[in-house]
Amino acid sequence: MTGATLERGINALKEQIDAPVAAFFSSCVHCGMCSEACLFFTETGEPKYTPIHKLEPMRKIWYQEYTLWGRLGKMLGLSKPVTDAELTDWETLVYDSCTMCGRCSMVCPVGNDITYMIRKMREGMAASGHAPPGLIGATQRAVTIGSPMGVKLPALQAQINHVEKETGIPVPVDVEGAEYMCLLSSMEIMNFPEYIGAISRIFKHAGVSWTLSSEAFEATNSGIQIGVSEIAAELVQRIVTAAEKLKVKAVISPECGHAYMAIRWEGPNLVGRPFSFKVLHILEVLDDLREQGRLKLSGKEAQRLTYHDPCQVSRRGGVVQQPRNLMDMVAENFVEMPDNGTMNWCCGAGGGVSSNERADDLRLKAFNRKKEQLDAIQVEGLVSACSNCRIHLEDGLEEYHMDLPVLSLTETIAEHLAEN
Amino acid sequence: MTDTEFLLWVRGPAFEIATIIFTLGVVLRILEIVFLGRKANLAEARGSATAGGIRTIITRSVPESGTFKRSTFVIVAGYLFHIGLFVTIFLFAPHILTFESVLGFSWPALPTAIVDATAVVTVITLLVVLIHRMQDPVMRFLSGFQDYLVWLVTFLPLVTGYIAFHRVGPAPQMLIAIHILSVEALMVLFPFTKLMHAFTLFMSRWYNGAISGYRGVNS
Repeated sequence: MTGATLERGINALKEQIDAPVAAFFSSCVHCGMCSEACLFFTETGEPKYTPIHKLEPMRKIWYQEYTLWGRLGKMLGLSKPVTDAELTDWETLVYDSCTMCGRCSMVCPVGNDITYMIRKMREGMAASGHAPPGLIGATQRAVTIGSPMGVKLPALQAQINHVEKETGIPVPVDVEGAEYMCLLSSMEIMNFPEYIGAISRIFKHAGVSWTLSSEAFEATNSGIQIGVSEIAAELVQRIVTAAEKLKVKAVISPECGHAYMAIRWEGPNLVGRPFSFKVLHILEVLDDLREQGRLKLSGKEAQRLTYHDPCQVSRRGGVVQQPRNLMDMVAENFVEMPDNGTMNWCCGAGGGVSSNERADDLRLKAFNRKKEQLDAIQVEGLVSACSNCRIHLEDGLEEYHMDLPVLSLTETIAEHLAEN
Repeated sequence: MTDTEFLLWVRGPAFEIATIIFTLGVVLRILEIVFLGRKANLAEARGSATAGGIRTIITRSVPESGTFKRSTFVIVAGYLFHIGLFVTIFLFAPHILTFESVLGFSWPALPTAIVDATAVVTVITLLVVLIHRMQDPVMRFLSGFQDYLVWLVTFLPLVTGYIAFHRVGPAPQMLIAIHILSVEALMVLFPFTKLMHAFTLFMSRWYNGAISGYRGVNS
């Protein structure tokens, strides 16, 4: 992030353009349907929030550099190069009003994966010095301290002690040869340490060998949110090194959407080689245990509950059916929201928006989409599997004076474990 | 130049030039995309990229119900004029003769009355679509010169064809020449504008479906 210049930004954007991007830009007919898929447009009605518009500088560069007609126009001086001022104007569009939720990519009639391009566009924005201050801070903390929220090992150890006292079960740390290495998000360590207790109880119940690593416990990856692949790769590499050192069979991504995207789908591509271990989301692990009959639960939640799909877990991550199987195990009255699964609406704070204080008002406004979804089904509680969603859901519900508890699916399962 | 000479030029050299620009232009544009390539995905696959790509090419033609409710006009009008264009371009007997002379094979035509009625519906739809583009806040915001130019070169062949077929006016040869000329304008602009979506949308849907399919998601 140091030495950011317009030239570096343009070069980064040029490097990001590949065949899918060229196909997507070639295919856009300006039908405007992506706007109706984006909660930042639907809740504000402002045309500038139309997803494809957020990519205009990148489209220009593609056209001027990678099409015959565009190159001719550039040579003859008919088209103007992308300027620093232009990128400044686009900063809020690319970071504040996009959570990379991927809903527009599901709706575009010509099939453009707009989110795929936003992820790439952020590489150019960061390289040209147009990343939001909040995300820059989070990324710097992730690199230097090891956590975007500045959580250090002693803080985790304190939480572990606390959890161990409460559950009476030791939390394994740095156990070589364990089957699974669990990652945590800073938000879980600081706001939801119950998650650590929950996996500890579930794994003891199911006889699963697992461990935390003192060297790589942070699952989140600010490098991906801000769009600096070198940093993202460095953060992934810490996990890879720890997992290989402990010789685990699999690494478990916690209840966090983008952490799963970072380690499961982007990870090997960032470090440039396939992993020697598997990467699973905690919900995948829990659903496997369910299928193997290793999860014995007793009693169900009686209240009317729904499940909020974290975008990077379901739509962008492919973990869609597992939470539903698990919800059926713990909820007597599980109801789906009008748009659910891969068509669910984002909470409004993913993709780095929650680290970007500047976007606070906008994300709360966009939360109205979730409010309407919830109003349609009149539930008594909301279950999810992403601590970032959870924090923002609680924030949004409070803002809109809705009195609904927000639960973690993993923690809810732990609460219903049958006594051994 | 007499009307006859003009018609002969339009049907002869001009049509050949337009066909060459269209064909080479489309091939060039597709190669420009393909040659950019993409990196191999090193993450372990959950599903099939190929199956996902093929699936999305097909399924993206049918909007999901929530999307249909939110974008009903764009979807219905879009379907109407695309089907209308397909019928009038490819299922009109005189057009099929032209295609046969270029491609060497032919296919059955629809009765002229049906094509004629379709042309009227398509013209009306295109006019409504234009008004919508100018009035809808999002579409007006997104639209630039090219969007209106492309609308015009799509609209003109329909209208001139309709007029030529019904021989409105005194000079039938001139009418047909103007119609063919308008088609040539469409063909020449095609590779360099968003009209290319007729070809590249299959690539886009393929990539979209493959990216998702690899992760085990149906997009």
